[in-house]
Amino acid sequence: MNGSRAVLTRPHLVLTLAALVVAAALPFTVKNFILFQLTLAMVYAIAILGLNLLTGFNGQFSLGHSAFFAIGAYTAAIMMDRLGIAYYWTLPAAGVACFGFGFLFGLPALRLEGIYLALATFALAVATPQILKSTPLEPWTGGVQGIVILKPDAPFGLPLSSDQWLYYLTLAVVIVMFAGAANLINSRSGRAIVAIRDNPIAARAMGIDISSYKSLTFGVSAFYTGVAGALGAIVIQFVAPDSFTFAFAIGLFVGLVVGGVGSIAGALFGGLFVLFVPNIAEQVSKGLAGAVYGVILILVIYLMPSGAAGLVRLVVSKFARTTARQN
Amino acid sequence: MTSQKLGSRGLRLLTLTALGLVLGLAPALAQKKYDPGASDTEIKVGNIMPYSGPASAYGLIGKTIAAYFKKVNADGGINGRKINFISYDDAYSPPKAVEQARKLVESDEVLLIFQSLGTPSNTAIQKYMNAKKVPQLFVATGATKWGDPKNFPWTMGWQPPYQAEGRIYAAHLLEKYPNAKIGILYQNDDYGKDYVKGMKDGLGAKAATMIVSEQPYETSDPTVDSQIVNLKASGADVFFNVTTPKFAAQAIKKAAEIGWKPLHLLNNVSQSVGGVLKPAGLENSIGIVSSYYLKDATDPAWANDAGYKDWLAFMNQYFPDGDKTSSFTVYGYSVAQTLVQVLKQCGDDLTRDNVMKQAAGLKDVEFGMLLPGIKINTSATDFYPIKQMQLQRFNGERWQSIGPVMNGSLGGT
Repeated sequence: MNGSRAVLTRPHLVLTLAALVVAAALPFTVKNFILFQLTLAMVYAIAILGLNLLTGFNGQFSLGHSAFFAIGAYTAAIMMDRLGIAYYWTLPAAGVACFGFGFLFGLPALRLEGIYLALATFALAVATPQILKSTPLEPWTGGVQGIVILKPDAPFGLPLSSDQWLYYLTLAVVIVMFAGAANLINSRSGRAIVAIRDNPIAARAMGIDISSYKSLTFGVSAFYTGVAGALGAIVIQFVAPDSFTFAFAIGLFVGLVVGGVGSIAGALFGGLFVLFVPNIAEQVSKGLAGAVYGVILILVIYLMPSGAAGLVRLVVSKFARTTARQN
Repeated sequence: MTSQKLGSRGLRLLTLTALGLVLGLAPALAQKKYDPGASDTEIKVGNIMPYSGPASAYGLIGKTIAAYFKKVNADGGINGRKINFISYDDAYSPPKAVEQARKLVESDEVLLIFQSLGTPSNTAIQKYMNAKKVPQLFVATGATKWGDPKNFPWTMGWQPPYQAEGRIYAAHLLEKYPNAKIGILYQNDDYGKDYVKGMKDGLGAKAATMIVSEQPYETSDPTVDSQIVNLKASGADVFFNVTTPKFAAQAIKKAAEIGWKPLHLLNNVSQSVGGVLKPAGLENSIGIVSSYYLKDATDPAWANDAGYKDWLAFMNQYFPDGDKTSSFTVYGYSVAQTLVQVLKQCGDDLTRDNVMKQAAGLKDVEFGMLLPGIKINTSATDFYPIKQMQLQRFNGERWQSIGPVMNGSLGGT
């Protein structure tokens, strides 16, 4: 009871509302290109949130979320391009398909803990691009060539460009997904999920069915990442095996750690980091972009060891303490 | 979006007109026409390259192009305008390529995107570039699909497409070995199939009788040994080897091991002496036939060649760190020259429309590092600038040209 109220304390609510107002006003103040980047950052944020549910809240490592992102993206692309289904149907379909895959993958993964699970999911990430390229699947996946899809226009004759429309669509999905995640974590099931991370033996003693919770969390996590994958495919208008390499899985992992492990809002920061920091690094030095990125990453981890969310928490609590003292 | 675009264009027109009136230059302005990215002093050229990631070796091409434009600018630019070359990294990732292409077009406002590299990355941005009507010029990939002016009038390739190369081998076989029995080893993807299609189209009606065996392999296969054994067993006396470097080396080695000595045609992709032939064994590679269109900078035969000397002088002055033994620096140099030629032809009409028109109007253009006799030709229906190649044979040390320059033209047929 206490937990669910904690999400909606007043400063939180004010901050969230202010952020939403800014987010809703953006499409009329910035260029379409920046909107496109922000849309992508939000897409990554949803995927990172999915990873966060699994790793941050449930304590299961995954280096293979690029695979679920790919399955989501291909589900959307195949539905739109091969079957001619409208793009908005692809989001739930991609989510459900990924939930299935994630749940099934989570069953054998139950036997694996910590770094062993990380290794198993790593295998998934490495295998995915090759499987997508393979000949038996080519009639559906288009092989190395991938699938080009059409960008949807704004519906109902709304006076929006397709970039603006996709931004709002993604924003709406972000709101639903983040609210859903917050509710899940603050529910009875959420406490069970966190309890399994904190102390599995105690959790079992409390009567929590660890294996079903773990595989369900895997499924939900994959659901989030799959929806993000479908959105990503629609925004980029193209899917190809080379989009979902192991490097992308690591990118999501970086976003998770930088944003804040076990923080829902932190995923947004993670998404922005994943998208923009490589560009900043490239601007600093083209030849040493990788090294610059590494330095930025190390600095960020040193300065915010608990991620952006941790930093915000720290600043807010310090601020609250000083104002309390003054009063 | 349309209203926005009109708005910004209208504003620009207004500013220009106002400027013209102020300076009293209105008549002169009538002759000069600019789209975004071009002005009296500068031409903005965008580019996307994998400077990082799995294909980062290709980044050398981008660096060579940047160095060449530095030289062009130092020599006074193109019709008095300096080239502003804006090159971004996409790490060979298609989503990143889309992001960078949009950044170039919408934020940097380049006149055109030049030499974006890789088939997946170019496929990802092709629709966008054509919808925006921004030239996607001389893309760095050999896939055959880049010469499709009917559907994609804003996209053009540069290097000989794989199908053209396949046709050149076919023509060679028809002329010299009309009774050959051909065995083909190919990578089972678009790249491999492009080559096989070129060979079959080139052989025409005789393809069915001449090709005795086709053996595909997957990039996930550990070796191609069993395919080579099958090809030998099929009785083929010509081996058309359509493989990427690792598999090419395996194939050459295996064929020698089992004592199969066919006429070996090796695709251009894998003709690196250091990367393929040396690992496969130089003695196993003697007699292999391949084809090329650029001069090999390591070949002493060119030591006194004027084109080679120009290239060497450029490398020494503007790109001293660049690898002079790599074909990428020769490639980057030549493709940059092609763009400079197009921009020169544009004169003072630097609109995107005119850029494509001039790119499609190259007539018998020759550059220093193209093999003698290879000419760049394009037309409104022919978006394949280079279609000619010359066959070469490996003598145990280096490649040596054999026969005349051959044409693998795809246009019009």
